[in-house]
Amino acid sequence: MKNIAIDDRGYYGRFGGAYIPEMLHANVEELRRNYLTMMADPDFKQEFDLLMRDYVGRPSPLYYAERLSKHYGTQVYLKREDLNHTGAHKINNTIGQILLAERLGKKRIIAETGAGQHGVATATVCALKGLKCIVYMGEVDIERQAPNVARMRMLGAEVRPALSGSRTLKDATNEAIRDWINNPEDTHYIIGSVVGPHPYPDMVARFQAIISEETKWQLQEKIGRDYPDAIVACVGGGSNAAGAYYHYLNDERVRLIAVEAAGLGVDSGESAATSQLGTEGIIHGSRTLLMQTEDGQIVEPYSISAGLDYPGIGPLHAFLIDGKRAEAISVTDDDALAAALFVARQEGIIPALETAHAFAALDQMAYGPDDVVVVCLSGRGDKDLAAYSSYLDSVPLNPA
Amino acid sequence: MNRLARLFAEKKKDVLNIYFTAGYPTLDSTVPIIRSLAEAGADLIEIGMPYSDPMADGETIQHSSSVALSNGMNLNLLVQQIAEARRHTEVPLVLMGYFNQVLQYGMERFVGAVAGAGIDGLILPDLPAYEYERDFRRLAEEADLQVSFLITPQTTDNRIREIARSSTGFLYVVSSSSITGGSSEISDKQRAYFDRIEKLGLDNPKLIGFGISDAATFRTACEYFNGAIIGSAFIRSLAGQESRVAEASREFVERILQPQEQ
Repeated sequence: MKNIAIDDRGYYGRFGGAYIPEMLHANVEELRRNYLTMMADPDFKQEFDLLMRDYVGRPSPLYYAERLSKHYGTQVYLKREDLNHTGAHKINNTIGQILLAERLGKKRIIAETGAGQHGVATATVCALKGLKCIVYMGEVDIERQAPNVARMRMLGAEVRPALSGSRTLKDATNEAIRDWINNPEDTHYIIGSVVGPHPYPDMVARFQAIISEETKWQLQEKIGRDYPDAIVACVGGGSNAAGAYYHYLNDERVRLIAVEAAGLGVDSGESAATSQLGTEGIIHGSRTLLMQTEDGQIVEPYSISAGLDYPGIGPLHAFLIDGKRAEAISVTDDDALAAALFVARQEGIIPALETAHAFAALDQMAYGPDDVVVVCLSGRGDKDLAAYSSYLDSVPLNPA
Repeated sequence: MNRLARLFAEKKKDVLNIYFTAGYPTLDSTVPIIRSLAEAGADLIEIGMPYSDPMADGETIQHSSSVALSNGMNLNLLVQQIAEARRHTEVPLVLMGYFNQVLQYGMERFVGAVAGAGIDGLILPDLPAYEYERDFRRLAEEADLQVSFLITPQTTDNRIREIARSSTGFLYVVSSSSITGGSSEISDKQRAYFDRIEKLGLDNPKLIGFGISDAATFRTACEYFNGAIIGSAFIRSLAGQESRVAEASREFVERILQPQEQ
């Protein structure tokens, strides 16, 4: 596998493309024509870099996790995206897209959100730029991620519940697309992951690529070489993973580990492990792996994590996994909860439930004592305290 | 001759196309709805294959689709129902669905099955033009299925020409927002859009869709092109009519086609 990049129609191999109704064509095409030129513009870069530094607080630290390293008998580094403003990697993408939206003359911003991190990151940049913000969120997620709903409202966004289907991330995405169809002129849709029609997967990956760009020089400073042996990241749609992998996609010395949510277990019927349970098809405008019936009806996934229960994965990840460039590992709800508690007590860091899946994958991996493993610590766990509290109440022993 | 081609050769004005979701309100509604719509005077019937994630459709069709799916509708059953309806009527039938359903069924198998059952045309709103030209067009033409594409107020003139060339059936003219009835209520913007399409001098028949809901809006839409498509309003009229879908279908068409009040 050489030169992993999209072709001119937006495909990674046979994954990707833009399967959209004509009602979305003008907006998606406007974005496709402009995104690379705009991102390369010196004014854009200057504003992006400045906001990344002074507003988001980048570079995010690459932290050597001493106790985790000792426990696993390997060298564990944490890429601290949880320390970004708003508490996750999502802000890297929303800053980038709001600058594009502004340059495209858009006045109104819409977004979908699952765990609420992308919704908060979108509400934040809309407040920063004085743009109207509407966030679609599944009714079920509104309940299980109440703190983030409050944050979005505090920031001036309108949170609209998605009431169809399983009332989670997939349905919120459908509602956002419908909104865009009904508001074709003044609105930009900030998709939160490396999913959707071309150019979104590539555009979002490029904004998140700052994660691996920093990892390279941070590793060089710390260990004298600019690459790790493995990068571990959770994958719902896959934006933090895309960013953490980006500058290593063509560097085969680096193992890429994609961690999916197994929910109650891959074979339980209540899972979101798309690379194992999914087949090739089309979801939200992109040809990729997705969970579907034989008739091509999209299946509702399940995970305790509102950010990972998406029935598809980004086309880049489908391509990486299909071509054996990335290895998929799946982690159950229970293992993720246990990992969150373990990391909290080993390192004093409470990770998001999504990120906890990446930590749990460390138990399933084999490595040598000198291997360097970078875990993308994609977000902090404040939003998940309710789930963690009830887990604590249910744990008989006090581990660690 | 393809029944759609024959329709548009014989009828240039006031073509009434009614859309419904197969499997709504009940699993066996398909045949009585088709027969009843045709007998009451619908010129063309568009059958929606229910899909879990109908991206181009609004709330009403999202709802009818999810009811139809929980009723157990699937493509194999629908093909049987269409073949059964075809034994009773020669009304042109168009099948509308999302490309993933076709992809999972297999493109060649799909085209063969639906053409064999008596379908005359297809609308697959999320099938990209290049993929249609590369993989699908030949299959559809060989099976004598006309393929229709959508255009919107945001579609540029050049793109409308390209889409019109790809389109082997009628052009589906998506109106910008709801037409509220009476030509005086068509906005200047909408009028400009319709005029722009008219000036391109395209050969394809054109039907206006989205926002057509009653006799007044149907007549208004018909002033501009060959006719109009009514979908959501018909589906809403079927709610609660599970035991009398045939009657409800006939009453709906009669309401749309009632003589204009002076």
